[in-house]
Amino acid sequence: MTSLKFTEQPLSEWMSREGNESSIVISSRVRIARNLSEQPFPMLATNQQLENILNQLQEVLQDSCVEVYGKLYSVHLDELNELDKRVLVEKHLISPNLANDAEHGAVFINEDESLSIMVNEEDHLRIQCLFPGFQIQEAWDRASEIDDIFEAHVNYAFDDHRGFLTSCPTNVGTGLRASVMMHLPALALTGQINRILSAVSQVGLTVRGIYGEGSEAMGNLFQISNQITLGQNEDEIIENLYGVVLQIIEHEKTARESLLSESRLRMTDRVMRSYGILSHAAIIESKEAAQRLSDVRLGVDLGIIDHLSAKVLNELNVMTQPGFLQKVYHENMAPSERDMYRAKLIREKMRN
Amino acid sequence: MLCQECGKRPATLHFTKIVNGEKTEFRFCEDCAREKGEVIPGTSGGFSIHNLLSGFLDFNPNGLGQKNSHSHPQNLRCEACGLTYAQFSKIGRFGCSSCYKYFNNHLDPLFKRVHGNTVHVGKIPKRAGKHIQTKRKIEDLRQTLQNRIQQEEFEEAAAIRDQIRELEKNISTEQEG
Repeated sequence: MTSLKFTEQPLSEWMSREGNESSIVISSRVRIARNLSEQPFPMLATNQQLENILNQLQEVLQDSCVEVYGKLYSVHLDELNELDKRVLVEKHLISPNLANDAEHGAVFINEDESLSIMVNEEDHLRIQCLFPGFQIQEAWDRASEIDDIFEAHVNYAFDDHRGFLTSCPTNVGTGLRASVMMHLPALALTGQINRILSAVSQVGLTVRGIYGEGSEAMGNLFQISNQITLGQNEDEIIENLYGVVLQIIEHEKTARESLLSESRLRMTDRVMRSYGILSHAAIIESKEAAQRLSDVRLGVDLGIIDHLSAKVLNELNVMTQPGFLQKVYHENMAPSERDMYRAKLIREKMRN
Repeated sequence: MLCQECGKRPATLHFTKIVNGEKTEFRFCEDCAREKGEVIPGTSGGFSIHNLLSGFLDFNPNGLGQKNSHSHPQNLRCEACGLTYAQFSKIGRFGCSSCYKYFNNHLDPLFKRVHGNTVHVGKIPKRAGKHIQTKRKIEDLRQTLQNRIQQEEFEEAAAIRDQIRELEKNISTEQEG
């Protein structure tokens, strides 16, 4: 059993760097899906074929061009236990899909965890780049560079009309999914969030919870991403997302200002109550924890709380997930036990 | 509203599934949803995007349900990986890149629904797609050529025409070689 540094630390190194608009935008992420021509997609590939695909792609990573992105660590999914897989999912380093279904899957992660390359997930190759704050263009540029390196060595499945061919029809064309994770407490508090989010879905974007497809928005964290991959080029997709996110940022800022100017006392009360509960609770469910952490984060952003950093809150967002909790304490916790340990962990973090 | 599974905790995850007009609703609390693994996204089973897609695929693109042999794609099969169109419409995923070729005549309505478009206009592989890039450039130049002619800028138009000829020559020599 290999010991994995990626599952020991809750916070990826890239998260501790400064990003633009970081009080509202937590992170920016780009994922591109690619397949090799002349090999069936992983769903239908034999074990031998999957192994060949992995070897072929792994060889590309020997290319010296890859070095500039930091040392890559290879992790084969069959070497991981369930808990480590879960932690990697909670840190967004692998997809739930790879964790659950890909016995012959592998992932290559760089030193600061800003780059993760998944092999034999739904598609042969998925390149993912994560950046702190609002840096969606930067994330796309990086992912595209890595795409070019692979393309120089292997033959991609590509068609004049349909573009990059993917296993799922929802990814065909550019194979690009760009997403921005936003913390929007003031829009939620002032009841504007639904109106804004439904407007977003009318311009080819989609809103999800932080763990992707269909997951519920917890702690006022929303993931905004493009829906369309065919018929728009990458620049259009990125610019469209960029423009919409910029507008949401402005709305959130305005809402925060008006909350402060019109009901400062109420806001302070709300923030400090949540802070009080997090600092003293003995049992806390994940949903409540997320909501309270959101309040406290808003308090930090508004200057109501000044002795906590956004870093601690980012850390707690990951650490309070079921997988990581079990990693810190012990495995096979019942949900009720988790709530107790979650409360304990948050208490300790709040006091330091 | 209480969770339909345990009946104790409040239901926080609500799902409505509509297949061919038949509506099924699910209400779970978070714990039971997780236990069931069913409605938590990304886990196997459950209502994935693929289930939704298969709804689109069953849809007959010709609308009024004329049943000539051409509008009956269920018997189609991808010669490369063996996936049938019927299987594809059930799982909502292609088996290999050749599926796109074999099912090509039936894909436009699907792509229209999912993306609103049917043709890729984005990035092209540098190495494999050299001729595609040239083709696209020729398309662009033709467009400019038309504009120049309309504006009666014939000198520029002639230059562009020569450029197009040059590019077209490159393509044909490449294809022969």
